[in-house]
Amino acid sequence: MALLRELVAGMRDFLANAGAMSRFFARVLVISPSGFLRPRLIVDQVYNAGALSLAIIMTSGLFVGMVMGLQGHDLLARIGSEESLGIGAALTLLKELGPVVTALLFAGRAGTALASEIGLMRATDQLSAMEIMAVDPMRRVVLPRFLGGVISMPLLVAIFVAISIYGVQLIGVQYFGIDQGQFWSEMRSSVEIEDVREGLIKGFVFGVACSLIAVYEGYNADPTAEGVGRATTRTVVISAVSTLVLDYIVTAILL
Amino acid sequence: MRQSRAIDVSTGLFVLLGLVAIVFLVTQISNREFSLTETSFRLKAQYENIGGLKVGAPVKMAGVTIGRVEDISYDMKLLKAIVTMRIDKRYNEIPNDSDASIFTAGLLGGQYIGVSPGGSEEYFKDGDQFQFVQDAIVLENLISKYLFSQADKAAADKNSSAGASATAEPAPAPKE
Repeated sequence: MALLRELVAGMRDFLANAGAMSRFFARVLVISPSGFLRPRLIVDQVYNAGALSLAIIMTSGLFVGMVMGLQGHDLLARIGSEESLGIGAALTLLKELGPVVTALLFAGRAGTALASEIGLMRATDQLSAMEIMAVDPMRRVVLPRFLGGVISMPLLVAIFVAISIYGVQLIGVQYFGIDQGQFWSEMRSSVEIEDVREGLIKGFVFGVACSLIAVYEGYNADPTAEGVGRATTRTVVISAVSTLVLDYIVTAILL
Repeated sequence: MRQSRAIDVSTGLFVLLGLVAIVFLVTQISNREFSLTETSFRLKAQYENIGGLKVGAPVKMAGVTIGRVEDISYDMKLLKAIVTMRIDKRYNEIPNDSDASIFTAGLLGGQYIGVSPGGSEEYFKDGDQFQFVQDAIVLENLISKYLFSQADKAAADKNSSAGASATAEPAPAPKE
């Protein structure tokens, strides 16, 4: 009985949370055009969310690509078509692995930074202070961070995929000796422009989701040290799960 | 001020890197080719049957890819398939009596157009049409032809050796 009650309460919490986040999202969307009136703030946040994530994205991309090279070559060597490594790797990276891994890294690197920063502003009453000064913290704090994340994500995805394809090439061509021309020409002949578009659309969708979750959790954090910590944790968990769920939905729509 | 300029520089660098990566993905990885100057010319060919030829299939000469199939359409007046190929400008000295045949790469591979050069002194120009073409070989037609020829042969054998004892030749009879 108690279990059932807990379950119902959990469901209600979940629904309340989803509803509050939707309302928050709507508010951000409504004021988002005004964000571009102050591009300075957005540039700062593109720096925080994007430029500072560059190192982790590029390193991870290179290694993901090299692993794909090793595993892909091993798999394809068993069926005797190593030349197809380029196609397989490029499509996997563009359509799935690139956007998803970038989003997970983004949630870990930029999402937590956003959530804890805004949460700390809440805990130290900076947001209330802004309201007293008639500065809307939604416009001044939340919106630029959201837009910065949304702008950064597709760019990060593109960088990740480009670097990881270089990593695949490094293993496939330099290490295993697949013919360079064959590698590139087979890849080019079967990768369509739609595949690139799919990757960038996913990057954009994940960017919206991860940035929204980060700013929402930070903005609504309990104004305590513990609350900020919890908000950061929740950001990573919710971002990761919703990225994977959204990935399925977007793939189903686009295919 | 100094610090803010450093942020601008690295943000700019990041955005530039992202755009370069997108351009790289679009131009180098995918089969869309962009160029400011026209680096190719078009040739056309009419076929009765193009089999499984697809847009983007390579056009080869002696095995070297010289271009790609750009467009495939059906002409209702001629009742033929019109294949438009885009050939790289480097290969602009193809004799204009060359023929364009549709071949299959490997047993199950994709189909491509193979151009074998003729002996003419004159070359194809942009928009020209191949005079000599050979249709795709459709596997089903080939199989049915073989089966029917076998059936005809079996029937002929039966007629010629009517009355005589069966020669026990296992002629594969067509089903149905």
